[in-house]
This record gives sequence, C-alpha cells and structure tokens, in this order.
Amino acid sequence: MSSAVSTGHDPHYNYGYLDEQTKRMIRRALLKAVAIPGYQAPFGSREMPLARGWGTGGIQITASLLGPSDCLKVIDQGADDTTNAVSIRNFFARVTGVETTQKTAEATIIQTRHRIPERPLTEDQVLVYQVPQPEPLRKLEPSEVETRNMHAWEEYGLMQVRLYEDIARFGHVATTYSYPVFVNDRYVASPTPIPKFDNPKMDRMPALQLFGAGREKRIYAIPPFTKVKSLDFEDHPFTVQKWEEPCALCGARDTYLDEVITDDHGSRMFVCSDTDHCEERRTPGEPA
Amino acid sequence: MYVAVKGGEAAIAATHELVAQARRGDPAVPELQVAQIREQMKLAIARVMNEGSLYDQDLAALALKQSQGDAVEAAFLMRAYRTTLPRFGSSRPVDTAAMAIARRISAAFKDLPGGQVLGPTYDYTHRLFDFALEADGVERQAPEAEAPLAATMPRVPDILGAQGLMEPELPPDGDQAPCDITRDPAEFPAGRDARLQMLARGDEGFLLGLAYSVQRGFGGNHPFAGEIRMGETAVAFLPEELGFEIEIGDVTLTECQMINQFKGSAETPPQFTRGYGLAFGQSERKAMSMAIVDRALKARDFDEGSEYPAQQEEFVLYHCDTIEASGFVEHLKLPHYVDFQGELELIRKIRREQEAQRASAAKAMEGAEG
Repeated sequence: MSSAVSTGHDPHYNYGYLDEQTKRMIRRALLKAVAIPGYQAPFGSREMPLARGWGTGGIQITASLLGPSDCLKVIDQGADDTTNAVSIRNFFARVTGVETTQKTAEATIIQTRHRIPERPLTEDQVLVYQVPQPEPLRKLEPSEVETRNMHAWEEYGLMQVRLYEDIARFGHVATTYSYPVFVNDRYVASPTPIPKFDNPKMDRMPALQLFGAGREKRIYAIPPFTKVKSLDFEDHPFTVQKWEEPCALCGARDTYLDEVITDDHGSRMFVCSDTDHCEERRTPGEPA
Repeated sequence: MYVAVKGGEAAIAATHELVAQARRGDPAVPELQVAQIREQMKLAIARVMNEGSLYDQDLAALALKQSQGDAVEAAFLMRAYRTTLPRFGSSRPVDTAAMAIARRISAAFKDLPGGQVLGPTYDYTHRLFDFALEADGVERQAPEAEAPLAATMPRVPDILGAQGLMEPELPPDGDQAPCDITRDPAEFPAGRDARLQMLARGDEGFLLGLAYSVQRGFGGNHPFAGEIRMGETAVAFLPEELGFEIEIGDVTLTECQMINQFKGSAETPPQFTRGYGLAFGQSERKAMSMAIVDRALKARDFDEGSEYPAQQEEFVLYHCDTIEASGFVEHLKLPHYVDFQGELELIRKIRREQEAQRASAAKAMEGAEG
C-alpha cells in the first residue's frame, strides 16, 4: 500500500520553480559530472527562495530532475520530520505537485542532508545530497585556484599526511563525518557531512548519487556501481562507528544511532537516526 | 516513554503566523505603508537594491516591510525574486558623465569644470537628534540654486587621463561582452568584470571593513576621493531587430573614482591608478568602499604582492556576498546532531583509551617500585 501524498502544482510558478533554460543548464552540468565521477563541475547556481547553506544545491538538482511520475522523499539527519526537510518537501509539493513520501522504498528521488538511508537503494532511485563544501581539500588549502590544480594533477599527498598526523596524535583518524573518499580511483571527493558510518554504502551503490553545492556553485556525481573507497592506510584500515547499545525503539544493532538526553542527570538513550527504517522495523506485518 | 520527535510540520506553520504577528507589532499603531518606506527610507532601499542586485524601489520597500527592516533578509527576498525574472538582454553601458547631477564632489581639486555640488548629504550635519521629527507634518523646502547645473560634467579621472597622468582603462582586446556572475559561476583568478559585479552586490559592512583595513595599513594604497557623483542616469536598450537605442528609464547611481599613487616600474612611468565603485541609489559609503577594495585587488596587476586580506581576491570575492554569507552562517541553526554524535563518540573513545593508558602506566610504575 502506498503512503505517498500529492497536493497539486501551484500554477504561479514554473514546474519545479526554475525556468526551463536553467533546468537544462543544470542537467548539462549533471551529465558532465556523471561522465567524470567525483569531478566538481561548476554550474550557474541560482538563488533560490531558501537560504544558501540550507540545501540550495540539492534543491536545484532535484528541481531539474523531478517529473510528474516521480515520488520524492526528503530527509535531514535521517529524519523526514526535521524542520528543514519538511520545508523542502513542502516547497516541491507546491512547485511541482509530485507525490511525496516518507518511505525510502517508495521514493524515486531522495534528497538528503547528512545521511544515507539504512535501507539499500536500488537502480530505480536517485540520491541527491545537499553539499555545504564540495571541496574535500578546502581545509588544507583555502585557495580554489590551488585545489583545482591539485585535483588536476591528482596530488593528494597532503590529505594522506593529514590522516597520518591524526593517527600519530590520537591513534585514530579524527574525522567522523565528511570522511574523504576516493571515487573511481581518480578523484578525492567529499561525501558531504554524512557520518563515516554511511561511507561504505556509497561503494558500488546501485542508485545514482548526485551532489549539489549551491553556494559554492559545484555539482559532482557518482554513477551507479562506481567504486568508492574511504581513504585509509594498510595498517590503519577504515572503520565505522559502533554502539554498545541497540536502538531503544526497534532494537536494531546495525544502524546509525542518535543520542537522546532524557533528563538533566545525564541519562540518555540511543535511537535510530533513520526514522523511516526504525518505524518500519516496529510495524508488524512489514518486512524490516 | 520516549517517541521519536515529531511535529516539524505544525511548528513551521505556527512560526509563519508568529512572525507575521511580530511584524505587525501593536495593532493600535497605524500600519506602515509600502509607499512610506519607499519615499522616506531611501538609503535603506538603496542598500537592499544593491545587495539584492535588483533596481526596483517598490519591491525593495515591500521587502523591508516584510523583513521588519532587516536589510539582509530584504536583500535575500530581492535575490530570490530576481532569479525568476526572464532575461531579455543587456543594457547599453550607462554614461555617468551625462548624469543629471544631484551631488558631485572632488577631494582632489579645489575647483573643477562643473564645480563642486554638495547636494543632499549628512556629512556636515551635527549628529544631534532632531526632536522635531517626532511630530508629524514637518515640511521643509530647500532653496533653489540661482543657475542650473551644467548638462554634462567631465569625470575627474578623465581630466587627469587627458594629461596622461592616469592609468588608462581600456576595454580588453575585442571588447567582448562582460561575464555575468548571475548566470555563470565566477572563475579564479577573476577578471575585473566579475570582480566589479561581485563587489557591486557585496555586503556594505564587509567592504567597509576591508576598505578601512587598507587605509590603516593592511594594504599599500593611500586613496584620494578623486570624484564622487550621484544622480539620475538614463538606461538604454538596443533591440537588435530595431537597430536603434531606446531609453527604458532612469536609475539613480552613485559613482566613486578613487585615485591612488603608483610609483611606476621599469616599463611604466609613475602615474595615478584607479579604483572604481558604482552603486544604486545614494550609497556613498558603499561606492567608496568598493572603489578602495577594487584598487587593492589590482595588486596583482601592479606587482604589489598580496599579503593583506583586501588584496586577496578569493578571500574578498568569495566572502563579500551578503546572501551567501548570511545563509551559510545561519545554517548552523539547522540540526547537526548526526555529525555531533560522531564527534561525541570519538571524544569518548579517545578519552577512554588515554585513561586506560594512564592506568596501565601507573600500574607498571607501582610494580617497578614494589
């Protein structure tokens, strides 16, 4: 049974808010990005009626992809009901009238901030990431002129040194989100601020992964079934976060958990960050 | 029992109502009319039009009303609206020499063709409250000049340029159409066309601070206000199918040309160099700041090094945009608990490991002593 809902397209705006030429320009940038996995393609990012840093890159990609037969899911921090996810979903419901859903399985396009859904995605789905900073090298080198050169020459030694310094100082790579990945054995790319827990899901994912950075005016992509490797060392292999407790609501032991503070004496509990996945597991009769 | 947080949808709907209520304030006080803002808040309107990069005084007034006077929020409303407007071409270059002058001053020459025209300015007011403004119905009439101003006034840098003392600014080879930063992302190093466009809609406060830093020594140039002029300028459009220009309206512009020393080099004799500022409306502080920063960013062209922030193109141009800066700083209000959870786990893990190390070291020490 479908739980998707549709409200109808507000006729005051062009379908998808952007005009057709702009959508075409974005689609061209998307094609370029897909053709060169992990490469940051510049695009003529437009101002949107939502603020910069609040998902305008992802919104522009989604706007240029949505068609009447699509079903859209929007999540922030893994949840459909976080305020900005609600706001973006309402925006698209208004300017396209497409069906929206909270169920990962029903969606054809999923726009996300900071998470990849727990349920494995399929070839029929597109995952659109909101990207605050597309440049994985930015914290090491502030200049765009320099970082573009570093990518062109595949000069990634600086990043390996940084990871090594972390290990020397803390015994671990002290990066827990935005953990850099190597795409298709060519470009170092930012997975966006998803927790490194989600990085392995990017590797050879059947769904198309698109990344939009509105403020920074860049689009990049990982085509389906592309190799994505989290940077590491032979003697310090990449690992993901683990929790000692299961989810307090659904009992899952293999999901990313949020910590919830339950009183002012330090009591806390852990619950799934992916609310749809958690709910599905708790609903009898539906396979988890 | 704890259940996952819900209610984002209802909370958003309620906050829209709350903000509308806060905007209206005390209903016993008459509501502000958009026309009142347009006529009586002209300088705020100019700032909103500049940073919103759209010349429309009525919309800017509406934006200020809707945003409760928050200039940054108002500029954002303008920007979000302007992206939806179809683009049917570029205007002809405006001729600021033919501006209907409302104000024109030069700090470099005591007198000059066309004369000094003080116009409306707060410069020589004493900053004392005019309590008469608390009452309604105060109407003031400025005295009229005995003779009309000259129809055209030469721009000061053009006068110096005629003597060869001024850095010539010639169109690049082929005089190609300027880039459009609203259609294509700026590339670095940026051309002057992209730089001036980005500065023109840059945040006034940010550019003011940078200009001030140049003056205080974080940048090598001492600027002279060669000329500042403000007034209405005709905007013309040339439809290709007609083949002749049509004036489509007038815009109020403030133009500032800063003059800076240049000691010269092996190839170039000493001459003055230019910094250029142009802004909608009466926006002198903005135009002056822009001109100083424009000149500071010419450091590369004059082999001056770029050790100071105002001389660093990527630093200045990437960070001067009001809309981008405010959006990204304020996005920190969005939930980040997934990332924060990762950080929390890592800190706990490292602390656990360090404590274990200390404990085993202490134990080893005890063993050695015993």
